[in-house]
Amino acid sequence: MSHAELTTKEVLHVAKLSRLAIDGDAVEGMRTQLSTILGHIAQLQAVAVDGVEPMAHPLHIVNRLDADEPKPAMDVSDFLRNAPATEGRFLAVPKVLADGGDA
Amino acid sequence: MSSDTKTLTQLCAEVAAGTVTARSRVEMYLANIAQRDGAIHAFNEVHSDAARARADAIDADVAAGKNPGPLAGAVIAMKDNIVMREGRTTCSSKMLANYRSPFDATVVTRLYAAGAIVIGKTNLDEFAMGSSTENSAFGVTKNPWDLTRVAGGSSGGSAAAVAAKFCDAALGSDTGGSIRQPAALCGCVGFKPTYGRVSRYGLVAFGSSLDQIGPFARTIADATLVYDTLCGLDPHDSTCADMPVVTLADKVHLPLKQLRVGVPREYRSSDNAPSVAAVLEQAIVAARAMGAEIVDVDLPLTPLGISIYYVIAPAEASSNLARFDGIRYGHRATLAPGDDLETLYCKSRAEGFGPEVQRRIMLGTYVLSSGYYDAYYKRALQVRRLIKDEFDRAFTKCDVILGVTSPVPAFEIGGKKDPLSMYLCDVYTVNTNIAGIPGISFNGGFADEGGVKLPVGLQLQAPAFAEETLLRAASMFERALA
Repeated sequence: MSHAELTTKEVLHVAKLSRLAIDGDAVEGMRTQLSTILGHIAQLQAVAVDGVEPMAHPLHIVNRLDADEPKPAMDVSDFLRNAPATEGRFLAVPKVLADGGDA
Repeated sequence: MSSDTKTLTQLCAEVAAGTVTARSRVEMYLANIAQRDGAIHAFNEVHSDAARARADAIDADVAAGKNPGPLAGAVIAMKDNIVMREGRTTCSSKMLANYRSPFDATVVTRLYAAGAIVIGKTNLDEFAMGSSTENSAFGVTKNPWDLTRVAGGSSGGSAAAVAAKFCDAALGSDTGGSIRQPAALCGCVGFKPTYGRVSRYGLVAFGSSLDQIGPFARTIADATLVYDTLCGLDPHDSTCADMPVVTLADKVHLPLKQLRVGVPREYRSSDNAPSVAAVLEQAIVAARAMGAEIVDVDLPLTPLGISIYYVIAPAEASSNLARFDGIRYGHRATLAPGDDLETLYCKSRAEGFGPEVQRRIMLGTYVLSSGYYDAYYKRALQVRRLIKDEFDRAFTKCDVILGVTSPVPAFEIGGKKDPLSMYLCDVYTVNTNIAGIPGISFNGGFADEGGVKLPVGLQLQAPAFAEETLLRAASMFERALA
């Protein structure tokens, strides 16, 4: 893998995908640190892995499904207790659609 | 017998018999905390009133002829990434500085049901990402053996609380060594059970294919008693294994006959500090003296564990931490006029998460992104399989694998500024999580670092669900090295 050294443009792209507002000196700091770590990780490229089944999870179990029965849910007031902003029984957020975008 | 030499089983039996009150035990620990935690900073929050109230309720139960359970009056500290209704659950992050959980984690419910008391929430590296507890948004936890050194991490607060005698035992979480490494650096016992043994319902998720909750204690027997109450199937956690649960507290002291102890040559690396290497060699001598057979085994992929881990754990973290968006809970940034929802996400996350958490989210997002997924993420999962196969082969020749927990004793606060050098501290612990097997760290001896006596941890690993073998073998070592 020759991609170990990241560019500034790549860092800004990954920051956007990560929903992290990063700017100024932080971009270059992140670029050099991530490049160092990816440079270390590059040692995995030398391992022969042809035909090896990827292991996403250590357990040989199948997913357990619950019976489709109603159960008590968390009270709305309990749920909203930690919300940064609310309006009545709802979470308040900035406008999502631009003006005139109402369905 | 002073209380220091009694087992937790004996102490809880005394509370259940009414010869010692739970309240007096809580008061003893609160006094220790008041005296020393200002200097150590093991706790983010001490629940003095709740712990006293619960102790009084347990004492009242005993007076009324009820048995509070096997952990009657046991005083437990809780890592602050395990949710409780009581107090706050912060993950040592600005993101969750004021978060109050609407529910208790399953491990908390189980401890309560067994008669235990939670005394407070312990400090950690933010969202459990780190090996020194220096990444906490609320300050560093100091090592009780030397206040200029780290307690390890990420469960540094829990390890320091047990070592400083602020509690009988503590819970932590271990994603790549976060229970075992701080236990090693603080000179106590830290036990990571098999992946899936203990419910993770109410553990704030970091790396979901790696995370496991486990106990800290001052002895193997005490850790076993706490572990007994934690394990078993939980309908709230679909990754919890449906395996038979056997009580081990009454068996842990029984020696194993013809124990085969595997020592991988890769674990006797020249990168180990000389003082640490010496403790491992002494343990090998002790193992032979106690009648165990020492077996050479090979784990040649050991050094690749860090690389696998730093693909898989950040990948899973980048997904798990996407929930912190400033909408439903957690920090929300103040917006300028005209800022949209997207800006709210990006600013809230940049303000709420510290540098190491942001670094790992970025790394995880990168290795999962289009064009890099196969080269990094899929390949890491393939090498992960090879690591597991390597352990499986080694365990055909031995019952447990012995090594040191950390290649170095506790290092100076601020001593590892480069993230990669910090990551490399976990070389002996990450593969346990990568393979999903159980591992335990316990004190094996001491290092002299410039006149300072520092504990050195030994680690044993065993096949998946072989906790009985692991704990009994660890108990044999504990006695042999005492």
